Amino acid sequence: MTNLIRRIIDLYIDGFRNMTVGKSLWILILIKLFLIFVVLKLFFFPNFLNSNFSSDEERAQHVRTELINGNK
Amino acid sequence: MNDLTSLVDWSRAQFALTAMYHWLFVPLTLGLSVIVAIMESIYYKTRNPHWLATTKFWMTVFGINFAMGVATGIILEFEFGTNWSNYSWFVGDIFGAPLAIEGLLAFFMEATFIAVMFFGWKKVSPRFHLAATWLTAIGASLSALWILVANSWMQYPVGMEFDPHQMRNVMNDFWALVLSPVAINKFLHSVLSGWTLAGVFVIGVSAWFLLKKRNTAMSIRSIKVAGWVGLIGILATLATGDGSAKVVSEVQPMKLAAMEGLYKGSRGQSIVAAGILNPDKKVGDNQDPFLFEISIPYGLSVLAEGDPDAFIPGVEDIINGISISPQGDTINNISYAERIERGKAAHEALRRFDIAKSEGDESAMLLAHSDLKKDFDYFGYGYFDSVDEAIPNIPMTFYAFHIMVILGGYFLLFYIIVLLLVYKKQNILKGNKWLHLLAIISIPLVWICSEAGWVVAEVGRQPWVIEGLMPARAAISNIPTSSVIVTFTLFAIIFTGLLVAEISIMLKYISRKSKETID
Repeated sequence: MTNLIRRIIDLYIDGFRNMTVGKSLWILILIKLFLIFVVLKLFFFPNFLNSNFSSDEERAQHVRTELINGNK
Repeated sequence: MNDLTSLVDWSRAQFALTAMYHWLFVPLTLGLSVIVAIMESIYYKTRNPHWLATTKFWMTVFGINFAMGVATGIILEFEFGTNWSNYSWFVGDIFGAPLAIEGLLAFFMEATFIAVMFFGWKKVSPRFHLAATWLTAIGASLSALWILVANSWMQYPVGMEFDPHQMRNVMNDFWALVLSPVAINKFLHSVLSGWTLAGVFVIGVSAWFLLKKRNTAMSIRSIKVAGWVGLIGILATLATGDGSAKVVSEVQPMKLAAMEGLYKGSRGQSIVAAGILNPDKKVGDNQDPFLFEISIPYGLSVLAEGDPDAFIPGVEDIINGISISPQGDTINNISYAERIERGKAAHEALRRFDIAKSEGDESAMLLAHSDLKKDFDYFGYGYFDSVDEAIPNIPMTFYAFHIMVILGGYFLLFYIIVLLLVYKKQNILKGNKWLHLLAIISIPLVWICSEAGWVVAEVGRQPWVIEGLMPARAAISNIPTSSVIVTFTLFAIIFTGLLVAEISIMLKYISRKSKETID
């Protein structure tokens, strides 16, 4: 089992070490993931219901009010 | 433009931009993974090192595309939570369950087997490596399945019941969701269209090698595999497109009418092969819908119903609830005016439920819930003041549909010619630079075709986010329009920059390989 885990880790380490095209691509991927999960998610895409209401009951009530009022 | 329209339009524009950006990468992943798996299978069987070189080249291209597409779909989920919170809550676990399965499958299958595929050439046995390559291809398609099941539910909501306590739709039949005719057709149509797209991409890049007179043997090998995958893909896409048309005719007749610019239907309805819509045409007037058209007699009746004499309703027939039976009798279905009335009754029942809930009046809640159930199928219509609001953008749907169909026909011809040449007249294929240029130009065309298909599916079903139950205007969050404009602009700038950088990496790789000897 330990041997298998070691081989799996080696697979990834050697794979990343020997990449040719992948290096510049990985830099781009890391930039992209940073922009998506840190910049966009944290600062620009809050979950509207989770950040404005503290319980499911409140969220359901808000949506009910919104849908009843319809045209807003 | 009032504030609500502006907020809805910006939210829709942002979602459309993100989804179309995401779809730049997905179909190539779906199709190229199969092409690479077939190439590796040939290598595994023949042990011919040229096939190994060919496999490794396309596998790297696949890897670049996969990396380019990483996490682009996650932005859609952010938008659900921020811009479409009413919708996200209303769909409940119906959307959540398939997306959760997709997330697990995508993560475990793709992350595991892609690693073996790229890093495992000298680490695992050839048989295990081949299995990993195939499992990557299968995993990619299975991931797509769950996304498409969720999308299909929005087009044809089944397998659920609305609970006004939770204000959510609760899934009561998982298999009705997964096996709905819309889901099955959409899955097959989307995945197999990916085969078509990837085939054109591989042939186009190979044609560029042929134009440069480099790696000719590898290019011919690639064209053979891509040609067959693409031909199967386009034939199956056409067949499933036919299936989709029949399903759309049944569950979204308004979309079919918009696809064809059909205002007044008839028995033995012709299909418009190509045409220019009359921009002044309005629902209910007597103007000709077309400035110019080429029609195929009985085509739409055959396409939608499989019967040349079948009645196909137009926009006005659907609004008025008019249909004609196979025996020629006029059938009065529920009109849009009545749907709006019943939708408003459903809203009123929900309002009564809300008051009863706040007062803790159980019997009034039960009565209101019962009344809500009676009219719930028309709940979304209650948001409209006039029937015009329930009609999609006909020109956009019509032109997108015809661009898709015309290009689909072109790609069928393209694959037949390419396969004939590669097997019978290889010298022409190798030496004719006009053919090479045509194949290269076909690369952007196949993406236009693929994106146009989604425009038909998504614009054609407007104004609904959930057919009949929730229009876009009711689905959005109560947030300032300016915040959506900011995120729209931010996304457009960041991802255009990333796209340019990523495409340049792919082009540089292909260009570098054109100067090396792969085979």
